[in-house]
Amino acid sequence: MIRNYDKLIFELSKEGRMGYSLPKNEFEGYCMCCGIPAHLKRETTPELPQVTEFDVVRHYTNLSNKNFGVDTGFYPLGSCTMKYNPRINEEMAAHPAFTQLHPDAPTECAQGALEVYYNLAASLSELSGLSAFTLNPYAGAHGELTGLMIMRKYHMLRGDHKRTKVIVPDSAHGTNPASAAVCGLQIVEVKSTAKGTVDVEALKPLLDDTVAGIMMTNPNTLGIFETEIPEIAKLVHECGGLLYYDGANLNAVLGKCRPGDMGFDIMHINLHKTFSTPHGGGGPGDGPVGVRAGLEHLLPNPQVKKNEQGIFYLTTDEESAGCVSGFLGNFAVIVRAYTYILTLGRENVKMVGPLAVLNANYVKESLKNEYYLPIEGVCKHEFVFDGLADKSTGVTTLDIAKRLLDYGYHAPTIYFPLLFHQSIMIEPTETESKETLDEFIAVMKKVAQEAAETPDVVKAAPYNTPVRRLDETTAARFPKTTYKQMKG
Amino acid sequence: MSKIVEGLYYAESHEYVKIEGEFGYVGITDYAQHELGNVVYVDMPDVEDEVEAGADFGAVESVKAASDLISPVSGTVVEVNEALNDQPELVNADPYANWIIKVQLSDATEVENLMDAEAYKAHIGE
Repeated sequence: MIRNYDKLIFELSKEGRMGYSLPKNEFEGYCMCCGIPAHLKRETTPELPQVTEFDVVRHYTNLSNKNFGVDTGFYPLGSCTMKYNPRINEEMAAHPAFTQLHPDAPTECAQGALEVYYNLAASLSELSGLSAFTLNPYAGAHGELTGLMIMRKYHMLRGDHKRTKVIVPDSAHGTNPASAAVCGLQIVEVKSTAKGTVDVEALKPLLDDTVAGIMMTNPNTLGIFETEIPEIAKLVHECGGLLYYDGANLNAVLGKCRPGDMGFDIMHINLHKTFSTPHGGGGPGDGPVGVRAGLEHLLPNPQVKKNEQGIFYLTTDEESAGCVSGFLGNFAVIVRAYTYILTLGRENVKMVGPLAVLNANYVKESLKNEYYLPIEGVCKHEFVFDGLADKSTGVTTLDIAKRLLDYGYHAPTIYFPLLFHQSIMIEPTETESKETLDEFIAVMKKVAQEAAETPDVVKAAPYNTPVRRLDETTAARFPKTTYKQMKG
Repeated sequence: MSKIVEGLYYAESHEYVKIEGEFGYVGITDYAQHELGNVVYVDMPDVEDEVEAGADFGAVESVKAASDLISPVSGTVVEVNEALNDQPELVNADPYANWIIKVQLSDATEVENLMDAEAYKAHIGE
């Protein structure tokens, strides 16, 4: 069966078969490779599969059929904002004016590309309420690192060398403490209240002159809006620290409220989430970083500027936190995100957040009898169930996620956040229709019913996937990562 | 129902310490191993490292999550359970027999801040 196609391209290889032949040497008597120094010439034949073009096309088409993506079906993966990626984005990014541009082209030959960069940065500034943006970081966590480098540089330039601590809420994405550690900073955790928001009273004793700043996500990982932000901003600023906004969940508030207005000093945005560019297995991300007025000189080099004649140019600043990428970010992603913003326009961009929030609340309210909702109330763009409402079935969150695969859905995010033991985190995004959500709700209810009536069926899922349930322990401890290992 | 052993001291973060003279054996509780699921890696400190009560000294990684290990006591690590390097699943099999570190206690009175078996049972709601 094609569905179970699992060959490697090397297994299709037949000695002497080929899909391409090099042209004949038209310069008789001239040795094509004689001018190459001996140490640069390979001595063995490269191990390449010997296949026809048709073999290659069929092979990769069959493999691609095994993919599940947002183009295939509903993808409620919490915290990932798997919204639809409009095709016009692809069309613009594939334009030869961009794809044929050499990264090292002189700026006078790349004015159009620099204009796209400059205009997207300006749009992000307006949407976030911050003064200036760099689009150079390659993805979200890279943006976090860049933001923390800016934070560190800010304190160092003031001669304040003892600020080495970064406060991170216990509900934070794992990348927050990881980025802080990579940046050489020490992580201090602050607890959440029963409502799921940062506990201001628990924060107060942590604030002293060793605090570089706090990293927050708003709405947070539980999909709850942090209502105490003005108070937190005041407290952190009073102790001399900066506020970092993790833009992972920006989709919930896009066009409605702005991190800059909340008092944040630095933030990153995931273009691949909020601004509809492919991600996960689908493509690279981009993690623009914005700063409030007064911190612009700390942004990474180079920066794109515009002079009075409307000419775009690159600058470097000696006080910059450094250089974080080889060129100007993942440029094709920048083109896609800019296209998305222009396609929506000023009015429609304001509907993204409200519709994402509406969809999430609709799914949450429809399922809260079957699944345990630990935090009641209106959520933002996503929410977390703590497993089934009926705990007596023995069916776990993992079982539910596996069973959903049988029904043709990507699993939600599971066992994250760590605040609950059986977390199921669902984010439908604004691009799904009511019909799609209703179908998903019906399937979730069916799985809950199966868990009650035939729990063993759910525990042994999935049944319809190319491979059945994997032994995760063995996969983690003794992974076979190469063809040779697989063949033993 | 998780197994809870009488005579041990328990921390809110689900580590236990078993006191033998001036030494304490630190591991994770049966409740903790059950909630974590199959353990695939135990990150342990080096012998002679200092540990501090309330501070992390390593991590347990399971198929579900990586979780910090918080020391219930202060002192010097005199031994780590080397067997866990090759067989982290021992933590699942019997978490009380398979302690993670052995600590020479610097302050024997610290255990007074920890829970006994009965209090821990109430803490995990069983």
